Amino acid sequence: MAIDKRVASAAEAMEGVRDGATVLVSGFGGAGFANVLIRALREHGPKELTLVVNSATHRLSLTHELIEAGMVRKVIASSARGRADGLSVFETLWRDGKIELECVPQGTMAERIRAGGAGIPAFYSPVGFGTDLAKGKEVRIFGGRECVLETAIVGDLALVRADVADRFGNLVFRYAQANFGPAMATAATLTVAEVRVAQEEPIGHDRIQVSGVYVNRVVAVGS
Amino acid sequence: MAALNRNQMAWRAAQDIVDGSVVNLGIGMPVLAADHLPAGRDVFFQSENGVIGVGPAAAPDKADGDLVDAGSRPITLRPGATVVDSVGSFGMIRGGHIDVTILGAFEVAANGDFANWDSRIPNKGPLVGGAMDLAVGAKAVWVIMEHNTRKGAPRLLERCALPLTAVRCVKRVFTDIAVIDVTPGGFVLRELLAGVAIDEFRARTGAPIAIAADLKALVAPALSDATA
Repeated sequence: MAIDKRVASAAEAMEGVRDGATVLVSGFGGAGFANVLIRALREHGPKELTLVVNSATHRLSLTHELIEAGMVRKVIASSARGRADGLSVFETLWRDGKIELECVPQGTMAERIRAGGAGIPAFYSPVGFGTDLAKGKEVRIFGGRECVLETAIVGDLALVRADVADRFGNLVFRYAQANFGPAMATAATLTVAEVRVAQEEPIGHDRIQVSGVYVNRVVAVGS
Repeated sequence: MAALNRNQMAWRAAQDIVDGSVVNLGIGMPVLAADHLPAGRDVFFQSENGVIGVGPAAAPDKADGDLVDAGSRPITLRPGATVVDSVGSFGMIRGGHIDVTILGAFEVAANGDFANWDSRIPNKGPLVGGAMDLAVGAKAVWVIMEHNTRKGAPRLLERCALPLTAVRCVKRVFTDIAVIDVTPGGFVLRELLAGVAIDEFRARTGAPIAIAADLKALVAPALSDATA
């Protein structure tokens, strides 16, 4: 049967997502937030999720809706600070011990996800050595430099925002929309992309940024 | 009291950016330095969301939500620019391909340790972002910060009190009254603002500091203050 990964709706794209899932969510710097899929996940309603997302509190991301809905047990993020003077929903739950936070340097987070998608269970990095974020982590010296052992991140579900997909699931991104998307797409059992356009016609091989091999479902959501 | 404003501090840091270099500017005061680069210096500004070759801010009617920097500001691309993903961006940072990163900080220690990510505001979540990656990966780490806290406490210290961003990495500090190098022997005062006496400077600095033999006056053009 001819491959066609396009599905009719974001709701359909959430089929099979279960309680306890680890969910990778793209978006950083104002671009690439998979907000249509985040809302569909909220409607789908799994509990006890672990979110892997650059910021737990970004004003342009809808991840806070999952947190508000009580669906999230733990967040792995490089930022968890709300912009406002008061406390964000995340910060209130965190203060009350109702949500767990693993704060990770942003590049280490990207590399842990990359490693997860590329079959590398762990690696050493100089980033974070001597800081609170490396407490309890194994340290080894390479070339005279102290390095910290970091473990790979893999997910059950990745929610990625891209610009164009074809029916094979190949993806193209606009500008800074890519950020964590390409790595996250490789590191989850089920990768779903929301795109402006999901076309029948194959994207030219020299334009594709993520191979459809990594992408399971594609939803066209418009701009 | 004599002091440079934020735009003047950013201007001073920009004067030290070498022609042809690749530079990452932190959110806030550091990013202002891009506006004050001396004419004729061809520099690539990298933003950790993957933009290599950040151009001037986009005009409001030209803003594109997908073309932003790490601080979510709508930007343009300079000629020769490219955009990569987070893995590529931080590979470039960690791999030593960034010549200079200019970061904000709360505290800098005489051995080059610094603290800029967790100000210990009760119950506010941490915000480390890419600071640790930049501090470890860039060939040179420069800091722009006010010389003292609002309460007058020194930010240049023998040891940082706040949680560290990285150890032994800061090379130069631009404050509102001075330019200081961090050397294997500790702080060295390179430039001091006219009107600030050496004794006053020492009193406002929380660690021993050597005075450079060729100590210069810190000067900056008149510039309006920035709110960024």
